[in-house]
Amino acid sequence: MGIADFTFYVFALVVIAAGFFTVVSRNPVHSVLWLILAFLTSAGLFVLMGAEFVAMLLIIVYVGAVAVLFLFVVMMLDVDFAELKAEMARYVPLAGLIGLVLLMQLGLAYGTWVTGEGVELLDAPQGTPEGAAHNTAALGALIYDRYWLLFQMAGLILLVAMVGAILLTLRHRTDIKRQDVLAQLYRDPKKAMELKDVKSGQGL
Amino acid sequence: MISTDLSIIAPEILLAVFAMAGLVGAVYSGRDALSQLLTWAAALLFVAAALYIGLTGEGTHTAFGGIFVDDAFSRFAKVAVLLSAAAVLIISQDYLSRSDLLRFEYPILVTLAVIGMMVMVSAGDLMTLYMGLELQSLALYVVAALRRDNARSTEAGLKYFVLGALSSGLLLYGASLTYGYAGTTEFAGIIEAAGADASIGLIFGLVFLCAGFAFKVSAAPFHMWTPDVYEGSPTPVTALFATAPKVAAMALFARVVHDAFGGVVGDWQQILAFLAVVSMFLGAIAAIGQRDIKRLMAYSSISHMGYALMGLSAGTAQGVESMLVYMAIYVVMNIGTFAFILSMSRDGRHVTEIDALNGFATKEPLKALAILCLMFSLAGVPPLLGFFGKYAVLLAAVDAGLGWLAVAGVVASVIGAFYYLRIVYYMYFGEETEGLDGRMTTLPWLGLVASAVIMLVGIVNLFGIEGLAEAAAATLVR
Amino acid sequence: METILLFAPLVGAILCGFGWRVLGEQAAQATATGLLFLSCLLSWIVFLSFDGELRVIDLFTWIASGSLDTSWQIRIDRLTAVMLIVITTVSALVHLYSFGYMAHDDNFREGESYRPRFFAYLSFFTFAMLMLVTADNLLQLFFGWEGVGVASYLLIGFYYRKPSAGAAAMKAFIVNRVGDFGFLLGIFAMFWMLDSINFDVILAAGPELADMTFPFLGWEVNAANAIGVMLFIGAMGKSAQLFLHTWLPDAMEGPTPVSALIHAATMVTAGVFLVCRMSPILEYAPFAGNMVIIIGAATAFFAATVGLVQNDIKRVIAYSTCSQLGYMFVAAGVGVYSVAMFHLFTHAFFKAMLFLGAGSVIHAMHHEQDMRNYGGLRKKIPLTFWAMMIGTLAITGVGIPLTHIGFAGFLSKDAVIESAFAFGGGLGAYAFWALVIAAMFTSFYSWRLMFLTFYGEPRGSKHTHEHAHESPWTMLAPLGVLALGAAFSGMIWYNSFFGHTDQVARFFGVEYAEAGEHSEEAAGEETAAAGESHGEETAVAEDSHGEDAAAAGEGEHAAGEAGHGEGHYVFTSPPGEGAIHAGPDNDVMNAAHEVPSWVKVAPFLAMLAGFIVSFLFYIVNPALPKAWAEAFRPGYQFLLNKWYFDEIYDAIFVRPARAIGRFFWKQGDGAVIDGGINGLALGIVPFFTKQLVRLQSGYIFTYAFMMVIGIVVLVTWFALRG
Repeated sequence: MGIADFTFYVFALVVIAAGFFTVVSRNPVHSVLWLILAFLTSAGLFVLMGAEFVAMLLIIVYVGAVAVLFLFVVMMLDVDFAELKAEMARYVPLAGLIGLVLLMQLGLAYGTWVTGEGVELLDAPQGTPEGAAHNTAALGALIYDRYWLLFQMAGLILLVAMVGAILLTLRHRTDIKRQDVLAQLYRDPKKAMELKDVKSGQGL
Repeated sequence: MISTDLSIIAPEILLAVFAMAGLVGAVYSGRDALSQLLTWAAALLFVAAALYIGLTGEGTHTAFGGIFVDDAFSRFAKVAVLLSAAAVLIISQDYLSRSDLLRFEYPILVTLAVIGMMVMVSAGDLMTLYMGLELQSLALYVVAALRRDNARSTEAGLKYFVLGALSSGLLLYGASLTYGYAGTTEFAGIIEAAGADASIGLIFGLVFLCAGFAFKVSAAPFHMWTPDVYEGSPTPVTALFATAPKVAAMALFARVVHDAFGGVVGDWQQILAFLAVVSMFLGAIAAIGQRDIKRLMAYSSISHMGYALMGLSAGTAQGVESMLVYMAIYVVMNIGTFAFILSMSRDGRHVTEIDALNGFATKEPLKALAILCLMFSLAGVPPLLGFFGKYAVLLAAVDAGLGWLAVAGVVASVIGAFYYLRIVYYMYFGEETEGLDGRMTTLPWLGLVASAVIMLVGIVNLFGIEGLAEAAAATLVR
Repeated sequence: METILLFAPLVGAILCGFGWRVLGEQAAQATATGLLFLSCLLSWIVFLSFDGELRVIDLFTWIASGSLDTSWQIRIDRLTAVMLIVITTVSALVHLYSFGYMAHDDNFREGESYRPRFFAYLSFFTFAMLMLVTADNLLQLFFGWEGVGVASYLLIGFYYRKPSAGAAAMKAFIVNRVGDFGFLLGIFAMFWMLDSINFDVILAAGPELADMTFPFLGWEVNAANAIGVMLFIGAMGKSAQLFLHTWLPDAMEGPTPVSALIHAATMVTAGVFLVCRMSPILEYAPFAGNMVIIIGAATAFFAATVGLVQNDIKRVIAYSTCSQLGYMFVAAGVGVYSVAMFHLFTHAFFKAMLFLGAGSVIHAMHHEQDMRNYGGLRKKIPLTFWAMMIGTLAITGVGIPLTHIGFAGFLSKDAVIESAFAFGGGLGAYAFWALVIAAMFTSFYSWRLMFLTFYGEPRGSKHTHEHAHESPWTMLAPLGVLALGAAFSGMIWYNSFFGHTDQVARFFGVEYAEAGEHSEEAAGEETAAAGESHGEETAVAEDSHGEDAAAAGEGEHAAGEAGHGEGHYVFTSPPGEGAIHAGPDNDVMNAAHEVPSWVKVAPFLAMLAGFIVSFLFYIVNPALPKAWAEAFRPGYQFLLNKWYFDEIYDAIFVRPARAIGRFFWKQGDGAVIDGGINGLALGIVPFFTKQLVRLQSGYIFTYAFMMVIGIVVLVTWFALRG
C-alpha cells in the first residue's frame, strides 16, 4: 500500500466519521465543526485525485465562507434542538434498524460492483491533460463551452435563490426610523430652521 | 454550432430574458406597480412560446453535445406546461390582487420555474435534468411561502424545501450510482452501457432516481409533502403545483426511464407499478377523510398521478401515449376545479371547507353543473373525458400484460369516486348552511366553464390530442 | 314497395306515440291507421302479384362479428306473403275498430290521453310482427319475436291501473321467456352446428343436420331433432301450446281489439309460422315432428274441454284460439305445412271476427263480459249478431260434406283432420280422434256462446240491457270485411293450400314431380303432352306458373295435369328452395285426399253433435246445464279450473321460485353482498382512511421517514430479487 492509498483511506474514513458526527452531535455548534472537518477531508480527497482547483474552492468557499456563516446562524438563533430531537427520539430505534437494512443492502450492491461493458472509470488519479495549462483552465474550457447551458442554469438558480431570499425576508417596516442619506445631504439649514420672535407672555 | 444550439433553446432564452428584464424593470419602477402587467405579459409570453414550439417545431434536434434534446415528446410536454402555467396565471390574477399577494416577484418566479420545467423535459443528460429540476423546485419553494406573514404558508414553503432537498439528495445519489456504473451522465451513454441486463448497482441507482422523480410527481409513498403544501400555500400557487410541474415531472420521468433505461424496462416497470398502485389506493382512501377541498385535491392529484404512472409502467409507446393524454386531461380538469376553488369565499374571506358547498346548486345552478361535470370527470365517470383518460391507461396496462394493475386501478377508482361524488352530493342535496357568497369574476368563470365544456365536448375526438401524443410517444420509445 | 310496407307501421307508431301532442289526438290516430291501410294495400299487391320466386331485399348490415354475419333483410316468399296479408289486414281493421271501441274508457280518468298510446302500441306491434315474418335470418326473426312480446306485454297491461292486467302482462311475458329460452338455445345450437343463422344456409342444411350429433349432458344428441325440439319449445311459448298455454286466457285482460289482433290472428300464430319456416329442418327431425303432433293434438283437445264451461265471453274465445292453434301444429307436425298455413289463414279471419264481435257485444253491454248476464241480444244488436253468426259457422266448420263448399273453417279444419288421419299409425289415429272430439267440443261451446248471448231471456242487470246499443260504423265495418273473409277465404284458396300436390307446389314455389309407381308412365304421358301443348283443363295462369316451375326443375314433368285426382306428385325441391319443404317420401298430402269418406264426414258429424247438444242445453231446456254441472261436479270443477294448471304451476314453479328469490334477496343480496359492500365501505375503507390521516402528522421527519421506507422497500425488493 503506497502513501497515496494510505492517505486516501485516512481521508475517506475521516470524511465518513465526520459526516456521521455532524448528524448525531447533540450540540449544533459541534455539528458545524464536524461539517467543517468533512469539508476539509473532502478537499484532501480532491487533491488526491489531482483536482487542486476544486479542492481549494472547497476550502475557501465552503469552509471559509459557508460553514462560518452556518456557525453564525446556529449560534445566533435560539433553537431548542433538544426539544425537536425528543420527538424524533421515539423513532430512533426503528430508523436505526431501517438504516442498517439499507446499509447492508447497499453494501451488497457495492461488494459486487460492476460497471457497464466498455466503461472505463477514472480509478487512478489523473494528471492535468496534455496540452492544458492546468486544470483551472481545463475546467473553464469545459464550463464555458460544453456545459455552457448548465452554467447559465446555475446562474438562474442562484438568481431564484436571491429573489426568494429577498422576497421572503425583506420587510419595509414603517414604525422605525431609517436613515435617508440623500435627504440628509440635501437638507438645507435655511429650510430646516426658522426663527420666530416670541413675545413673552404669549404662545405661538 | 453555437448558433444552432441557441436557436434550439430560443424559447427558454426568451423567457429567461423576460424574467430578468422584468425583474430589473420592476425593481427600478418601484414596488408592485408593474405586477399586473408582468403577470399578463408572462401569461401571453407563455402562450406565444407554446404556439411557437407547437407550430414550428419538427423533427428531433440535440443541442450542446446531446445534453439538451428537442423532439416531439419534449414539445408536447412543453406546450402542456406553458399553456397550463399561463392558464393558472390568468385565473389566479384576480384572487392575488384581492388578497394583496400580487407581488411582481410572483410572475417572475413562475417564469423561472417554467424555464426549469422546459429544461427538465428536454434533458438529455443527468446534469441537465438536475439543473432544470432545481430551478423549478427552488422557484416553487419560494412561491409556496408567498404569503410570508401566514404561518401555514411559510410552514408549507419550509416543509416543501426540506423534503425537496431530501428528494434531491436521493436523486443525486441515484445519479451518482448510475454514473458509477455507466461512466457517463448522458442518457445516450447510459442506455448503451445498461444494455439489456443491468447489474444490481445500476438498479439501485434507478430506484433512487425514481424516488426523486416520485417526490416531484407526488407519488406515494413520496407524497407526504403534498397535502400540507397544497393546503398551506396560497390557492393560486396550489393551482400551479397541481398542474404544470406535475406535467413536467411526469414527462421527465418518462424521458429518463425510456431514454436512459429503455433497455431494462422489466426493472423499472416494477418500480412504477408499485408507485402506481400505492398512489392510487392511498390517494383514494385518504381523500375520504378530508374536510378541506385543497387537501382533497392534493390526494386527488396523488391518485391521478398513480393512474398516469400506470400508463407509464406499461413500458410501451402506447403506455407513454396514454400517460400524455391522461396528463393533458388531468391538467384541464384541475384548472377548471381550481378556478372555482379560487372563487370560494364568504364575507370576503377565502374558505376552503367542503361543507361550505352545501346547497350550492340552488344558488348557482350553472356553476354547480360545471363542477358536477368536472367532479364526474375526475372520478372517471363515462361519458366524460376523464373516463377516456382512465380507459387509455388501463388499456395500456392490460396490453402490456399488467392485468392485475388495471384491476387495482379500477377498484381504486371506485373507492375514489366516493369523495368526488360527495362534493356533488353536498352541492345538490346538502342542507344549506352558511354558504358561499363570493362572486366569480369573468376569467375564472371562463376557466371553469371552458374546462367543464371541454370535458363534455372533448369526447368527440379529444381535440386531436391523441395523435400528437402518439407522435410524441413514438419519438421517445424506440 | 316491401320496404314501405314494412316501415309504414313503425313510422305510424313513432308519429302517433311521440308526435300526438303536435298532431292532435284524432290526427295521430288517423295517421297510424292510414299508414296501416297503406301497408295493407301494399301487402295485397305483393300477395296477388307474387310469382313464387324467392326475393330477398337487403336493407343494411346489422351484426358482423367473426363468422356471424347478419343483415336486416326482407325475405319475400309465399309463406311471408300469406303472413303479410293476414297481419296487415287484421291490423288495419283492428286499428279502425279501435276508433270506436277505445273512444271511451272507464279505466282512464277524465281528460287523460290514452288513445294515441294505444294506437302507437298497435302499430309498433304490427311492425315487429312484420319484421318477424320477413326475416331472412334467425336473429332478425328473434328481434321481431321479442318485439311482438314487448308489444303484447304493453297491450295486455294497457289498463295499468287494474292489478289483474299488470299481473296478466307479466305472466304473458314470463311464460313466453320460457319458450324464448328454448328458441335461443335452438339459435345457438344452429350457429354452433352450421356457423350461420342465415336462412339460405340453414334451411338448405336440413339433411346434413340429420346426420350431425352434438354432445349434451353426456348424450350424443341428433342435431336436427334437438334443434327442432328447441325451436318448437319457442313456438309453444308464443303459440300458447299445452304446458306453456297459461298466459293466453289471462291475456284477455287487455282491450278486446288487442285480443283480436295479437292473441287470435297474428302473434300467437308466430309459432306456427316458425315451424313452417323451419320445415326443411323439421322434415329431417322425426322425433321433433312427432312431438309437435302430440303437443298440438293434446292442446286442441285440452283447450276445447276447458272452453266448454267458461263463462267469460272472451275466455271462451281465448280457449278456442288455443285449441285451433293445436290444429295448426298437428298439421305442421304431420308434414303438410301448407295446411297448417291454410288453417292459420282462415282462422285469422274468423277468430279476429269473433273477438271483434265479442268486443262489440261487450261495448254494447257496457263492459260486461260474463255471458250469464247476457241473453236475448239478437234484437238489440242485430248486425253484431249476424257477424258473430258467420264467425260461429266458420269456426264450427259448417259446409257441405264431401264437397269444397263451406265456410272457411270447414275447409281448413277438415284438411287438418284428414291429414292427421292420413299420417297413419298410432300417432295419426291419436291425433285424428283428439281433433274430431275437439271439433265436437268446439261446436258445443261456440253455439253455447251464441245461445247464451243472443237467445233466451235477458239476464243480469236490467239497466244494462235497456241501454244496450249497436256499435258505431267504425266497429261494424271491420266486422263486415272479416265476415267476407270468414265466409269465402276457405273456398277461394282451398286449392292453393290443400289442392293437389302440384297446385300447392306451384303456389309455394316448390319444384315437384310425380311420385312412386306412377312416375314412369306419367312421365311418358307428360313428355308427350309437354312436347305439343299443355293440358286444356289447366288454367292459363296456372300454366305459366307450371312452366316457371318446370323451367327451374325437371322440364318434362312440368305441366301439372290437375283436375284428375289420381295424379300423385311430390315436392322435389332440395331443402331451402321454395317456401316450404317436404321430403320426397312425404306422401301425407296425397294420402289425405284419399282417406275414406267416413273420415271426411267425421268432423261434420262431430260439429252436428256439438250443435245439437248445445241446442238441447241452452234453448230447449236451459235448466239442463245446471243439473249436469251438479251431477258431474268434480269433472265440472276440473274443467272450470282449467285442469288446475295454474294451481299446479303455482305450487311447482312460482312458489319455489319466489322462495328462492326471497332467499337470495334477503340472504344473498341483503346479507352477503350488501353486508360485504357496507362492511368494506363503512368499515375497512374508513379504517384505512383514519390510519392514513393520522400518518399525516405534520412533522417533517415523519414525512422523510416515509420516503426512506419507500426507498427501503424498493431496494429490498430488488436486492431479494437478485
